[in-house]
Amino acid sequence: MSSPIENIVACPDCDLLQRIPEVPPGGRARCLRCGRTIAVSKPASLDRTLALAIAAAVVLFIANAEPLMGLSAAGRQSSTTILGGVLEMWRQGHALTAILVAFCVIIAPAAYIACILAVLLAVRRPPAPSWTGMLMRMLAFNQPWAMVEVMLLGILVALVKIADLATVIPGIGMFAAGALIALIAAMTVSFDPHEAWMRIRWAEEANPPPAAVPNALDPGRTGP
Amino acid sequence: MSAGAPTGIRLGLVSCETCGLLTRPADIREPGCCPRCGEALALRRHNAIQRTWALIVAAAVCYIPANLMPVMITKTVTTVEVDTIISGAVLLYMTGSWHLALIVLIASVMIPLAKLAALAYLLIAVQRRSGGDRHGRARLYRLVTFVGRWSMLDIFVITFTVALIQLQPLMSIQPGAGVLFFGAVVVLTMIAAETFDPRLIWDSSNKEENND
Repeated sequence: MSSPIENIVACPDCDLLQRIPEVPPGGRARCLRCGRTIAVSKPASLDRTLALAIAAAVVLFIANAEPLMGLSAAGRQSSTTILGGVLEMWRQGHALTAILVAFCVIIAPAAYIACILAVLLAVRRPPAPSWTGMLMRMLAFNQPWAMVEVMLLGILVALVKIADLATVIPGIGMFAAGALIALIAAMTVSFDPHEAWMRIRWAEEANPPPAAVPNALDPGRTGP
Repeated sequence: MSAGAPTGIRLGLVSCETCGLLTRPADIREPGCCPRCGEALALRRHNAIQRTWALIVAAAVCYIPANLMPVMITKTVTTVEVDTIISGAVLLYMTGSWHLALIVLIASVMIPLAKLAALAYLLIAVQRRSGGDRHGRARLYRLVTFVGRWSMLDIFVITFTVALIQLQPLMSIQPGAGVLFFGAVVVLTMIAAETFDPRLIWDSSNKEENND
């Protein structure tokens, strides 16, 4: 049994205990010792993120359905979608690489957007059911593996390589991937996980009262 | 920071890695689960030093075939050309796109090596209880977690080049065996960065201060 303590956090990067100071809108508080951001103030975080996440879901669909690029050489045409690239790797006998690519550019971004949408809809009427916490965990897990921006740079390098051999036609999918990068980045920046956690029902039904707060804690620095 | 910095571990408090809630467990050696999100609590990630070492050694081993084995095999009617990661970058340079060659070289060769070196340095410094430049090491760790994903670049370049250039019998490109090892390097170093516990960088300072 653990008893919770309010308004004090331990820095995730260095474990220093500190009181979260009053953060002005749009501002952030950094850890006194190691400089890690420990609190942010994002006005209307949940509504803005929801709008961005809905747009991202639509663009994700387009980016996956439309061809990324086409090519014509010696009277022959070819084009590929994201999934087409994965399937070709699979056909060439590189199943593991195909799975890795599929995970990083299709599954992880889709799961990231789906989780954030579900969380945001669930926390609109607090307290959200405790399974929302599981979605928050999946969200954090998928974030480093969603690599749409790396993929787009990879596609651009591939285009330059191929441009010497054939005429390359950028497809709608590539522009959609570009928009998706901007939307995912904006979504990540505007989302405030702390705000979401405050609205989620606790896993342990009977919450014990907050334990005594340890003294001698300085507030973290605040800045714009 | 003044001596005796109040950290969770010293005051018997544990912070949830998932939701950030700070709690005082009844028994600090068995903190149980977070009352808010239900995640298993731990003062420090379990066996972080050994696990991170194991992952970076595995990644270093994979790094060798990743660079020596071919990643792309270009077949035309008359020729078969085999490219490694480095020769692919050189080819980009020769055809005039030196900036793209530089990006590929940094993302595929330098970042994985720099990541391995940085994580090894962080681990050695923790094991030697080094007190010097903790701020620098904290920033280095954040840099490692931030740039790691960009090493996947070459995997995507190869995937989409292969997908597009299938103009048999005129010309076709196949992925080489090096791709798998290269992917393993990227994945292993990313997991290694997540396995390392940055709080270890600061722990030794508390131990020294306890002796005062």
